[in-house]
Amino acid sequence: MSDNNDKLHQVFADSLNIDRKRITDSLGYNTIPEWDSVAHMALIAALENDFDIMLDTDDIVDMSSVAKAREILSKYDVQF
Amino acid sequence: MNSANNNAAMLEDAVQSCMAQPVYGLPKLEKSQLLAEILTRLTWHHASACPPYARILEAHGHSGPRPFALEDIPFLPVRLFKDYELSSIPDDQRFKVLTSSGTTSQRVSKIILDRNTSTLQTRALISILQQFLGKARLPMLIIDHPGVIKDRKTFSARGAGILGLSNFGRNHAYALRDEDLAPDMETIARFMQAHRGQRILLFGFTFMVWKHFYKPILDSGISLSFEDAILIHSGGWKKLQEEAVENEIFKASLKQALNITAVHNFYGMVEQVGSIFMECEYGRLHTPAFADVLVRNPRDWSVLPKGVKGLIQVLSLLPSSYPGHSLLTEDVGEWTGEDDCPCGRLGRTFKVYGRMAQAELRGCGDTHAAMLEEGPIQS
Repeated sequence: MSDNNDKLHQVFADSLNIDRKRITDSLGYNTIPEWDSVAHMALIAALENDFDIMLDTDDIVDMSSVAKAREILSKYDVQF
Repeated sequence: MNSANNNAAMLEDAVQSCMAQPVYGLPKLEKSQLLAEILTRLTWHHASACPPYARILEAHGHSGPRPFALEDIPFLPVRLFKDYELSSIPDDQRFKVLTSSGTTSQRVSKIILDRNTSTLQTRALISILQQFLGKARLPMLIIDHPGVIKDRKTFSARGAGILGLSNFGRNHAYALRDEDLAPDMETIARFMQAHRGQRILLFGFTFMVWKHFYKPILDSGISLSFEDAILIHSGGWKKLQEEAVENEIFKASLKQALNITAVHNFYGMVEQVGSIFMECEYGRLHTPAFADVLVRNPRDWSVLPKGVKGLIQVLSLLPSSYPGHSLLTEDVGEWTGEDDCPCGRLGRTFKVYGRMAQAELRGCGDTHAAMLEEGPIQS
């Protein structure tokens, strides 16, 4: 696993407050109670902070899964 | 079953393609044709998926798919959602149930959402607000208390509104204290200090902004001056009517006391989340490409021309999980123009004067009661 992928999984686990083992590419927004709209805001803030990027409103809505998060971060030159 | 699935997929494609149009860029002829076509399909989609809705249509002689002109799309009184749970989806596709806030004596609306409708609502809100805020997320001061979103299972209208708008902000801070709803001056000062020189977004419900933010700050004598702030607010003027506060006074007061120069109200309701009508720089409420308003005479439900007050009917392409695409509100308004606002945005513009007086509502109560019994009344 690349460093950034590792970091991504950690951010998800911390923000959603769930076990790292539950983080998979297909884990989707609003498919588990822990990833609801409130947690989503915390997740966005953590991603911006830890990867030192600024996401726009479209990104917030598009970030519907862990795989999608990686795709969006790649747009901001985060390499996986 | 296959053809039903096909129809649903085609309907979804049609809605998507309309959502892809410029939000305020569809000329009136094109828009009314497109909306009539898709709203017709939505009407028959709901008729086949929601038996009580089909019965209402049938009671009015609407049976079997046929095309409607925009003004002929059947409408339901908005209060029907307070009395009945109307759903066009199987129970296992229920994703969220929205409820209106209301006092204990009032019944609340229950709006059934599936994932698709919920996603459409978010996308609609984003495409509208980006026209006013841009794509970048702004530091956001929420004019409410943090507790309003604490209970994550029940989405009150206020909590849901705040969460929806939070997508447009970063570094969110709450301006009011949980314990007494007084302005949290420390948090506000810290927020302003941290974002000095940046454009910031303020969001709150109209009466919260007035009664719990503007008034107490004014009364306290503390001077607070925002540099580059845009305030978006909603929720209606009902609670401010006793203080005789209307939009112009609201805007002038916030500018004078707090130097908030950009203030935009929006009109919207829990029964049609996502399709909101934003107030432009010239004080007019604007309809986006995927929604529209008609104004109806409360006596015979005929469609009223520009400049004549009546009851507002709202039309929206977003609701596919519940039959709420065409609703008659209890709000009085008039439409003010079409494709001719000095701000340059296309689409119909209108004004809202507030809730129809209870006496008058009772006056046409017979008709309302008849509507509840028999369904919508066509002009």
